Amino acid sequence: MALRRPPTKAELRRERMQAVVTYPVDWLEERSGLVGGIRYFLFRNVPGDINWMQTLGSATLTAFVVQATTGVILAMYYKPTPKDAYSSIQNITDHVTLGWLVRGMHKWGASVFIILMFLHMGRVFLFSAYKYPRELNWIVGVLLLAMGMMEGFTGYLLPWDQTAYWASVVGINLNGTAPFLGPWLAQFLRGGQEIGADTLTRFYSIHMLVIPGAIIGLITLHLYLVVRLGVTSPPWSKEAAGAERPEEPSTLRKGLIPAEPGGSE
Amino acid sequence: MEPSKHGPNGPSPTLWPAGFAVGIAVLLVGLIVDPAVISSIGAVIAILFGALWVRDATAELRGHPAPVEPETRELRAAAAAVQAPPSSSTPRFARSKFLEFSTLGLGGVIGGLVTVPIAGFAVLPPFLGQKRHETDLGPLTAFPEGKWFIATFMTDPKEGEVSRRTAFVRNNGVAGNVPSFTIISNRCAHLGCPVQANGPTGAILGEPNVVEHTANGQILLRPVVPAGFGCPCHGGQYDTEGNRTAGPPVRALDRYSFDIKNGHVILLSTFSVSHVDGTGAQAKIFKYKQAGPGEHVDGPEQWLYPLQPPHH
Repeated sequence: MALRRPPTKAELRRERMQAVVTYPVDWLEERSGLVGGIRYFLFRNVPGDINWMQTLGSATLTAFVVQATTGVILAMYYKPTPKDAYSSIQNITDHVTLGWLVRGMHKWGASVFIILMFLHMGRVFLFSAYKYPRELNWIVGVLLLAMGMMEGFTGYLLPWDQTAYWASVVGINLNGTAPFLGPWLAQFLRGGQEIGADTLTRFYSIHMLVIPGAIIGLITLHLYLVVRLGVTSPPWSKEAAGAERPEEPSTLRKGLIPAEPGGSE
Repeated sequence: MEPSKHGPNGPSPTLWPAGFAVGIAVLLVGLIVDPAVISSIGAVIAILFGALWVRDATAELRGHPAPVEPETRELRAAAAAVQAPPSSSTPRFARSKFLEFSTLGLGGVIGGLVTVPIAGFAVLPPFLGQKRHETDLGPLTAFPEGKWFIATFMTDPKEGEVSRRTAFVRNNGVAGNVPSFTIISNRCAHLGCPVQANGPTGAILGEPNVVEHTANGQILLRPVVPAGFGCPCHGGQYDTEGNRTAGPPVRALDRYSFDIKNGHVILLSTFSVSHVDGTGAQAKIFKYKQAGPGEHVDGPEQWLYPLQPPHH
């Protein structure tokens, strides 16, 4: 035990620095509880034997954040009119500084987003992570998948070149062949009986406002359910959902299994 | 039923959904291989296993409770006290209830007042006030009898290139006392791609293109000798009357109705055609109201599209 001595200059400086850093954090925490909330969200207990596969969800979220960010910037240069759409895309690619990069990120990131959604879905399926009590989160995830597909469909028209135009003609008419309401759906998507300026602005609005809003809402619900219900163990784990396990205190590891008898996750 | 490995709260495993899935798979395969026999077998399997599945799943509802151990909690004294019957001095309609209902009601009214016009604005414009276009293709003399032309034109020059359309036009001569034209839309009856004429045009044919200047701006007429029409997207093929000869289209090509005004050929709206018997001026055209690509207009499949959205 060292004797109590007056703090050195260096120690005093460090204390002051700590105070400077923690003051705003404490200020925020005292008034909002946000710091604790973020800690609660990010530093949760998860099973000890989780797997790299279980990062696919976060990867998908990251891909969505990339799409949202690059999309917002692209919207600053893109002009959704039949006359200007294609030339504004060329302008972004050829003249705006780093426009080629941001447009490329958005274009290729779109495929990455869709692929990651499917991989994440496959992981959840193969790990049986959709089973009780997580069925609702599977349903929310399916809605997110549908929203992501609609993003792909509406975004495809925006470059307004021949591929975009005819792919959208075919896509809209495919919707039109749905029984009963199909023709109405197709006319709604077109914004009239023919593809024209209204179709482009309508797809633009759906692509950058309507569906992203819905996706953000659904992701919030998705994450809420993940935090509330916790993460599943892989199927080969002793703690996998549905696995039979002896009710001995020795199996209560890291406080993950509820202590009350008869409880299962 | 013996306790399953899914724990006391989970459902017991069942094979019925798997059988149901097999039935659906057989049904779908049968649609391709043999709709009459294989599909029926698939349907029977699916219905049988579906019914068993439903019976199993609704056992609880129908009064055969599944063996699930009830969860129990000790009733705390405080909770028990809350459940005491309300005293007789409670007013019949509490002030808090009134405030609750009036807040919800007012909120609902305000929400409705805002939502109804917005929803109308979002949904109605595509269906109301659709413009009707008339396109002047040029004088009758530009179309020698019996010759095919690929006509490209803008239905609405103000809208620009996005309104550009293509039609295959042939003058059939005079039928009775009126000029007869075959004017086929190039929109594929499968999914709406641009159908092309299968035949020589331009330099190969050795005939010059014709340009007419009309109220609709420049009209380009390219002479062609088509053996038929074909779609580049999914391979739909049509004969020169627009009848489907191969590929995925569900009916014949749409046609334009037309009018002759001051010696000019005027294109009006399009209409759908199930099939055409005969050719040229003697053709018997089975006309239907304009339908979208891929929609059957005849046969039992037409009942899938009972109500078409308003069209010019």
